[in-house]
Parts: sequence; structure tokens; C-alpha cells
Amino acid sequence: MHGLINRALQYFVTDTYGSDRWEEVVRIARLDFAEFEAMLHYEDALTEQVIAAIVKTLGVKRAMVLEDIGTYLVTHPNVEALRRLLRFGGESFPEFLQSLDDLADRSRLAVEDLELPELELDDLGDGAYSLSCRHVHGGFGYVLMGLLRTMADDYGALALLDHAFGQEGEEIIDIKLVDADFSPGRGFDLGAHVA
Amino acid sequence: MSETHDITAMADMFDVICPMHLLVNADQTIAHVGPTLAKLSTGGPPKGRAFFDMFEITRPSRLKMSHAIFTETSTRVHLRLRHARDVKLQAIVAPAPMAGMHIVNLGFGISLRDAVRRFHLNSSDFAPTDLAVEMLYLVEAKSAAMEASRKLNRRLQAEKAVAETQAYTDTLTGLKNRRAVDHILQRFLAAGVGFALMQLDLDFFKTVNDTRGHAAGDYVLQQVARILREETRALDEVARIGGDEFVLLFQGNVDETLLTSIAERIISRVQEPIFFKGDTCTISASIGIAPVRAGTVLTAQQVFANADLALYASKENGRGRYTVFTRALRRKAQIKKAEDAQKDASDAA
Repeated sequence: MHGLINRALQYFVTDTYGSDRWEEVVRIARLDFAEFEAMLHYEDALTEQVIAAIVKTLGVKRAMVLEDIGTYLVTHPNVEALRRLLRFGGESFPEFLQSLDDLADRSRLAVEDLELPELELDDLGDGAYSLSCRHVHGGFGYVLMGLLRTMADDYGALALLDHAFGQEGEEIIDIKLVDADFSPGRGFDLGAHVA
Repeated sequence: MSETHDITAMADMFDVICPMHLLVNADQTIAHVGPTLAKLSTGGPPKGRAFFDMFEITRPSRLKMSHAIFTETSTRVHLRLRHARDVKLQAIVAPAPMAGMHIVNLGFGISLRDAVRRFHLNSSDFAPTDLAVEMLYLVEAKSAAMEASRKLNRRLQAEKAVAETQAYTDTLTGLKNRRAVDHILQRFLAAGVGFALMQLDLDFFKTVNDTRGHAAGDYVLQQVARILREETRALDEVARIGGDEFVLLFQGNVDETLLTSIAERIISRVQEPIFFKGDTCTISASIGIAPVRAGTVLTAQQVFANADLALYASKENGRGRYTVFTRALRRKAQIKKAEDAQKDASDAA
């Protein structure tokens, strides 16, 4: 798995629970290093070990942990760059949803070897959408749940989300947009200086 | 249909398709500007103002100060805003269907980021066919990726520095370094074993470095290192502890005549000319030897001081020599020091 994904797990733990907790994760997962490097590749099994260790040390269900990671990725100031990149997807939450089909391609423009799940949005009309998420490793759907919930807030939209598994093992997120202009949301300045 | 109606219809169409366009009348006054371009103007609406009051052509230079852009159409023109001269634009001009009118479509090109920042533009200010927003996305995505790479590089650099300070090897010659010598010396002294420390300084090395260059200097150092290795046993330690300073450590109660014969051989071999890229480099070596008998209580500093004294004596006697440290040598040095101090005192008085 790409270092960026592994490092996201690490940052999630240190930024949310502190570095002591991360050290515990390193110990439980039996990593022989203390930090992931963003631009290197790691064995897929390592990523699973780390997630399992986080689940163990936090005492929370795996799905919850993954969803929290999704939320973390678009709210924490330390990873603000990612929220900005996602906001480039569109002016409104529905536009953002439509941009998700291009997410994997977009990310490859910046980091060629980063393999994000292939997403496909089905617009069912009347504010209802179905988003399918395919990746060799399951669980991205839960991360996406947290991410979408938070991005809806970011855009000021009110949406209901539901996670399920499809017939071919893909993850399916049902999205019901209740109100696209529910709140002012967070601003997005296209030309803002990014640290 | 009236011409005014035509202009309005066309302006409406272009506002959607290319929001950074403008329509110019036959007298070169601005008839209409697209919604994004309108955000760039200050000091009242641009409509009715002269095109060249608002814009200045920078390239191609033959079009500078001329109004030829309206006759020589379909040429890529670079211009800038007169009220914000650092905002660069590029444009293409085409005749409009209405008599004497022209349509000018503008883009930011490479100065996009500055313009977006300066005029608070957002993605709806750009046509979906315009890659402006994608370009901004790429700039940010690449910066983020670059930052991640930079972090890795910084870490590796720091780790390399740490590894170097922990190393025991002199990278140029492959010999041991000062750190290694200190470490071995401590071990010998702690164990109370007998050994000898030989300190060697190259003579005339600075001349080689200054006149033949650093590459020649480096080569000379490597050749000296080879000689030192060849003239010592495998269990002896050879180190470079400074620019042209070497240390040899001989383990055991080594016979003094053996040490001096080694020193002699080293000096004679070092004095042989060294050839480097058609140049001949001639150097020599001065040696100070400090033997330490088993069971002697000394500090590393004292051992080095003894070797230094012997080395100094070799240099005093005209370089290319070796000297074995003796107590007499130290007494002589102490006497000289006292005399010097006395002389200084009387000079001062």
C-alpha cells in the first residue's frame, strides 16, 4: 500500500490521540520502524496490521475507526491540503459528488503510483445517489463515509449516508441529499495561500 | 434584427462560453466585457473606455504601441492590465460579424494563480472547458506531494549526518578516522596493554593541494594511505585523523628498532614521486613515535602529547625524519618553554 495511505493512518492516530498511542500501535503491529514515509511503498499486510492495532488499542470497531479516519482527513488542519484538493471537485456538494468518478485519475495526476479506489456515482434523481467503491482492499468505503459526511458539512449540505456491500464485493454508499443549502458551510478560496 | 440586438445576443452567448472575452467597437472603445473580465477592472465599468486605456500590449513587440492587433487578427498577443501591470494575459482577436467590431478572448496563462488570488476569482469564473481550475488543482497537488518528498529527503539527510558522525572510517582513504583512534586508544589504556602510537604529518602537502589542485591532493592522500597499509601488519591500526595527519597504532610491546625501521621505510616510500595526470607530486613525511609500555598509567591526551613532541622534534630537525619520544625530550621541551616564558617576560619589562 502506498506510503501516503499508511502515513494517513499514522497522522490520524498521532493528531487525534497523541504520539504515545502511535507508539503503542507500532508495538502491537510489530513494525520495525517508527514512522511511515509518505513516498515509499509498503507491504499491504502491514497496513492491515496497523489498522488491526489501532482497532485494538482504541477498543472501537474497525468500521468506526475507518470512518473516523475519513472525517479526520478533511477536518484536521494538519491535512488541510487534502480538503482543498477535494474542494477543487466542484462548487456545490452535488457537483463534488459528480467529481468523485475522477478522483482516482485526479490523484494520479499528482502522485502517479497512488492507487485510490475506483468510484462510480449513480444519480438516481430526487437527491438520491448511489456510489460504488472498488478496491482490492475492502474498507475504503467506510473511510469514504466519514469523508463524505464531513464534506457535506464543508459545503453546507445536509445528507444521509448508508454503507452496504454489493454483489461483487464492492462497497456501496447510498446518499440522500436532504438540503444542499442547509448551512453556510466552510469557505473555499480558490487562490488561498497554502502552507 | 437591429445591430444592437445582435450585439446583445452575441454578448450573452459569449458570456457563457468564454467569460473572459470582450467586444471592441470600430473606434477601439469597449462595447462589452465578459463577467470574469469585469471583475478585473477598477475605476468604473469598462464599457465605453478605450481598449488601450485598459490594456497594454507586451508581445509580439512589433504590435507594441500600435493598434494593429485589430487588423492582424488570429495572432497570439500578450498583454497586461494598465492598472495592475503584473497581471499578464494572453489573447486572441477575431473580427466580429458586426461592422468594424472585434471580439477579444483573454486568458491568464501562467499567471493564473496570482490573478485568482488578486481578484478573488472562483471556479465558476472559468468556463468548464478552460483548464484553469485543473491547473490550480495540479499546482496544489504537486506542492503537497513535493512537500512529502522533501520531508523524506530532509530525514534521510539528517540520518546520513548522524551515520557519518558515528562512522569509524575516513571516506576518502578508507582508513580509520579520529573517532576510531580515540576509541581504540581508550581500549588499550583501559586494558593496560603495551602499544605504540605513531603520528605522521605530511610535509609539503599544502603545496601539492595549492598548486596541483584538490584532486591531486586527494590522490596523494590515497597513495599515502596505501603505503601505510602496506608497511604495517593487519593487526595494526592506520587512521587519517585530519587533513594530512595520520596515526598508526601498533599493538603489543613493539621493539623500538622495529618501529624506527618501519618509520624509515614509510618516509622513504612517501618521498618517492607520485604521478597524477601528468603532474609529479613530491612530498615527505615527519613522524613522532610514542611507545607505551604495558601497565603504564597514561591518558590518551598524554600519549598524543608525547607523540606530538616527538613529531615536533622531527620537523625542527628538517622534516622527512622520525623521532622516538623520550623523557629527555619532554624535559628539553619544558626547559625551552620556561626559557621562552622568561624571554617574553623580559621583553615585556
